[in-house]
Amino acid sequence: MYAQMVKSEGMKSLDEMSPEERAFQERIDRGEKIEPRDWMPEGYRKTLIRQIGQHAHSEIVGQLPEGNWITRAPTLERKAILLAKVQDEAGHGLYLYCAAETLGVSRDELLEKLHSGKMKYSSIFNYPTLTWADMGAVGWLVDGAAIMNQVPLQRTSYGPYSRAMIRICKEESFHQRQGYHIMMKLARGTEAQKRMAQDALNRFWYPSLMMFGPSDKDSVHSAQSMAWKIKMNTNDELRQKFVDQTVPQAEYLGLTVPDEGLRWNDEKGGYDFTEPDWSEFFEVIKGNGPCNKERLGARVQAWEGGAWVRDGLMAHAKKHAAAKLAAE
Amino acid sequence: MPSLPDMMTKLDPSGAAGGSASAAPAPADALFEALLRLGDSTLILGHRVSEWCGHAPVLEEDIALANTALDLIGQTQLWLGLAAEVEGAGRSADDLAYLRDAWDFRNLLLVERPNGDFGATLMRQFLFDAWHQPMLKGLEGSSDPRVAEIAAKAGREVAYHLDRSADLVIRLGDGTDESHRRMQAALDDLWPYTGEMLTPDATDAAMAEAGVMPDLTAIARDWHALVGDVLAQATLARPDGSYMHKGGKQGTHTEHLGYILAEMQFLQRAYPGAEW
Ligand SMILES: [Fe+2]
Ligand SMILES: [Fe+2]
Repeated sequence: MYAQMVKSEGMKSLDEMSPEERAFQERIDRGEKIEPRDWMPEGYRKTLIRQIGQHAHSEIVGQLPEGNWITRAPTLERKAILLAKVQDEAGHGLYLYCAAETLGVSRDELLEKLHSGKMKYSSIFNYPTLTWADMGAVGWLVDGAAIMNQVPLQRTSYGPYSRAMIRICKEESFHQRQGYHIMMKLARGTEAQKRMAQDALNRFWYPSLMMFGPSDKDSVHSAQSMAWKIKMNTNDELRQKFVDQTVPQAEYLGLTVPDEGLRWNDEKGGYDFTEPDWSEFFEVIKGNGPCNKERLGARVQAWEGGAWVRDGLMAHAKKHAAAKLAAE
Repeated sequence: MPSLPDMMTKLDPSGAAGGSASAAPAPADALFEALLRLGDSTLILGHRVSEWCGHAPVLEEDIALANTALDLIGQTQLWLGLAAEVEGAGRSADDLAYLRDAWDFRNLLLVERPNGDFGATLMRQFLFDAWHQPMLKGLEGSSDPRVAEIAAKAGREVAYHLDRSADLVIRLGDGTDESHRRMQAALDDLWPYTGEMLTPDATDAAMAEAGVMPDLTAIARDWHALVGDVLAQATLARPDGSYMHKGGKQGTHTEHLGYILAEMQFLQRAYPGAEW
């Protein structure tokens, strides 16, 4: 998922709540949507800003690993599809920044926090895209994991977030299909292409599992977010669902999931699998992933290098507003 | 070791690569050439614009630049698809894009200029759009219905590109001192690459004669009128240098094209015959 380890405020029982808080919680429990002008606890607002902001940042940083292959896409059609996908991701960022703005935080404020390292984006985008097969693996696994998380979020309690998710989910399933299609072409292709596909799966498997965040037993902030319906499932539930869905897809491709501990468990009706190396995850979160510096550096450079453009547009708008006023 | 003249005599005099277009070409060849000029220009410009993905000054521009690149690549598929059909040698649009070397490319030199800053990218786009839009309008009336059909579709997209690039040139030209300075520098830098698209050669003349393509001298009039108007609104000075680079339409390119192709064609070259 694109929002990992989002800190939420402490959890209260109904008895401990003020009348306003209790009425709010009861609305959520009845499945009502909370809208921007409705009263909401400060913790709800803050947690949502963190979560939506992190999700938005992930979409825009997420342009970079795939943007890396647009100029090298192997056919005109693949190039067009990849361009459309990366454009969609930027659009997702835009919807989400707009949803966050309804909570009283501007896009510029959120970007400042991203650039200064105070806000994070998904760990997955700190991994490099080394071959064309990575365009397949990212669509199949990364967009696949995002969908796993975002489909339930269509029912989240905050109206603007829920509506953004509904729009985004439609496009994400197209992304996943095109990624899987790339993998299929490679898996049915030459020896070199098969090797490329397997190598991409090897490198993206565990980082994709990490997208769901740490194991439930180490995930301290979930309870409040789940009560507020801004988190709909636990990390482990979603991870299990993802593995159960993805393993047969890998088999269909004739590829091997890089996990010797992977086996079907009849009793639980799902796969047993090896947990990712969480020490690696925490290193990536801390900034020590293979591409953290490049990704954030690229975003900061785009922002700083574009300052004159934003200033120029503002200055023009001001001049013309002034000229219009003088003419009236 | 033989002396130089001895070596020279052993060379096949017909082996000169990269056809010169000084003589009037046969009609089918001229159409193939003319379609390559359109498709190669949209391909190379689409490539350049796509280099911006994820690096634009504001999120809206990331979206707009990706959209422009996407339109241009879509148009490339149509123009090169038709070129391949006209050639009749069993090649596809992808073969033309991915398996020709620079000397066989017919794109304008303007579109292979490096991106530079956002101002240079934008100015290059505007100078191209201001040609592309009237060109497509003319092509909509082509005597070849296949050409007219592609032009009608592309024309709708390019009308939007031109609105957008002209508007941004005006706003940034007449923005801050810095934005003005950068836009003027971009204009001065790119100006010598604008002559090629406005000056007909034998192929252009043959196509105009056959009613397949518009007369470039008429396109040039539209272009100068529009560019003059936008530059005035942008408070930018039209450069007075008259020297114009040329050669792209005939296959003599700048050093940049080789690098673009090395990157673009990498997979097709490294894994010949593979399907993607
Ligand atoms: Fe997305
Ligand atoms: Fe996506």
